[in-house]
Amino acid sequence: MFANILINGAITAGIYALLALGFSLIFGVAKIINLAHTAFYMVAAYFIFTFAYHLGLNAPLSATASIIITTAIGVGTYKLVIERIREHETAVLMITIALALVFQESILLAFGSHFRSAPSFVSGHVELLGVTVSIQHILTFGVVLACLLGIWILLSKTKLGIAIRAVAQDREIANLVGINVNTICLTTMAIAVALAAVAGAMVAPIWTIQPHMWMHPLVMVLAVVVLGGLGSLKGSFVAAFILGYTVTLVVFLFPTISFIKEAIALAIMVAVLLIRPEGLFGVAFEEERL
Amino acid sequence: MRDYAWRLSKSFQGEILAIPGTAIAFFFLLFLFFVPVITSNPYILGILIFTSIYAIYAASWDFLSGFTGQVNFGHAVFFGVGAYATALLNLELGLPPVVTIPLGALFAVLTGLVVGIPALRLRGHYLALVTLAFPIMLTGIVLAFPDFTGGELGLYGISPLSGSRVLTYYIALIVMIASVLILWKLTDAKSTLVRTGVILHAIREDEITARASGINTTKYKLLAFCISGFFAGIAGGLSAHFLQIAGPSNLTLFFSFQPIIWTIFGGIATIYGPVTGVYILYPLMEILRGVLPQFRTLIFAFIVILVLLFMPQGLTGWFRDKIEVECPRCKLTNVATRQYCRACNAPLHLEQRLEQR
Repeated sequence: MFANILINGAITAGIYALLALGFSLIFGVAKIINLAHTAFYMVAAYFIFTFAYHLGLNAPLSATASIIITTAIGVGTYKLVIERIREHETAVLMITIALALVFQESILLAFGSHFRSAPSFVSGHVELLGVTVSIQHILTFGVVLACLLGIWILLSKTKLGIAIRAVAQDREIANLVGINVNTICLTTMAIAVALAAVAGAMVAPIWTIQPHMWMHPLVMVLAVVVLGGLGSLKGSFVAAFILGYTVTLVVFLFPTISFIKEAIALAIMVAVLLIRPEGLFGVAFEEERL
Repeated sequence: MRDYAWRLSKSFQGEILAIPGTAIAFFFLLFLFFVPVITSNPYILGILIFTSIYAIYAASWDFLSGFTGQVNFGHAVFFGVGAYATALLNLELGLPPVVTIPLGALFAVLTGLVVGIPALRLRGHYLALVTLAFPIMLTGIVLAFPDFTGGELGLYGISPLSGSRVLTYYIALIVMIASVLILWKLTDAKSTLVRTGVILHAIREDEITARASGINTTKYKLLAFCISGFFAGIAGGLSAHFLQIAGPSNLTLFFSFQPIIWTIFGGIATIYGPVTGVYILYPLMEILRGVLPQFRTLIFAFIVILVLLFMPQGLTGWFRDKIEVECPRCKLTNVATRQYCRACNAPLHLEQRLEQR
């Protein structure tokens, strides 16, 4: 039981962290709250399903193709729709939720509302802490960790990462020192969507694929980023693990009331915000910084 | 007495008939009163009853988020509490709708306080994302106590709003008009009667400056949450008595987004905007449900995207720019076809004339 919670919690938390990281990144850099973020995760999962079962590609190839196509779709929607109204905050929220609905309805029309699943990348099981864990689960967790590490290196060591952080801190000054702010925003959007697509690709074989699969992660991602502090990557990471383990604990310890796991996670978020309104690692006085 | 009637008719001519926007609104309301004369089809009346109920719901969102700037992403919590409280009062205590709907709305006011107090510490994005949590938490509570709340099926067997469909239609319509007029008056920044309009505007534009000018912003923000909750609760109560069901479908994420979409479509921070938005979008969606059911949500999403891209101030704002023009000298609203102001005779389309020259 304990080992089950530990391993499943780590995977759930890892997926939340990956999604929240992209969400937090695009919010920090472009000040866009992208409610369609988890819709890209769903789109990626459906592409894998199509490539694997309709075109007969093998799993790693279909995952790569699906991540590339999803990223292209994300960049396209950013250019065509989101960038034009980036300045109006409420309008961005509405247009991204409308985009998520467009993706959901298109998928419903194309695939119907059946529950689907994608083939595993690798087969086999290993014995870990006394429970049998499929290698697919371990691979998922490994990819999540690799992505998080990659983003950390990108942001702290590379020139692009420094430019991204500069734009996040102050758009105008970044513009003045010669950073092309629009290109950086576009690149960040591409990275964020790619992270969501990787998360989608990694959960496709282990969780069910269905046209409403973006709703639950969206709620959890919002709770994670608010709990961690908007725009703080470290906060997102810590909060993802807190809420990921909370959800897993509820599901394993109280299976009869597992449907209220979201409510419990959100109650924790509200409780923390009552004490620290800026979240665990958020910066207070954000108004002055903008 | 005759003098008073004369003045009333003059101001009716000058302030309603002479301004195209209000004239259209007036004749549309007049038309709504005569709908049961034209058709008594219960399906059409049912759609219009729901349109009235949702107009109150959308206007109450606009009051809180459009006017006061407290962007609420979980407005369904007020509607849901109103519906559930009304249903429980009716089922457990056997009270009639006249009593249960206002009492249910008071429960929604209490919810407004519960949501409002944590919300006072939060601003902007944090507020929007945290309010999103409340309907989901309430859904959790509803599902956790199925004996009391009916669980997933909801509460049913609530007594109907009235004996006949036509009477229900008039009740919903009159409650809608009264609620919208009250909300509109409360947000009127020019009003000398109530100060809330100008204060709520000030809080939205710059809260720190408003506080510096001696406005107790905490009090007024809580007041906005309570008033908005009250009207959303009335809408919830009406819907519970009309449908005779109160269920968790009133608490979904999508139901919280509905008033926002209607309001943005119609025009934010106007009160008449959300009402227009509901009266156009809701019947349209119901027609689509009959004609193209599988494309319904897709078309809805595309309408939202197109409106946001091409009419960011909403439909009413865009339309008013076409049919009305403000006099540059006396700020009176005129029909766009007039060349000179109806009050002070100043030329209205100066810029265009200069361009022509």
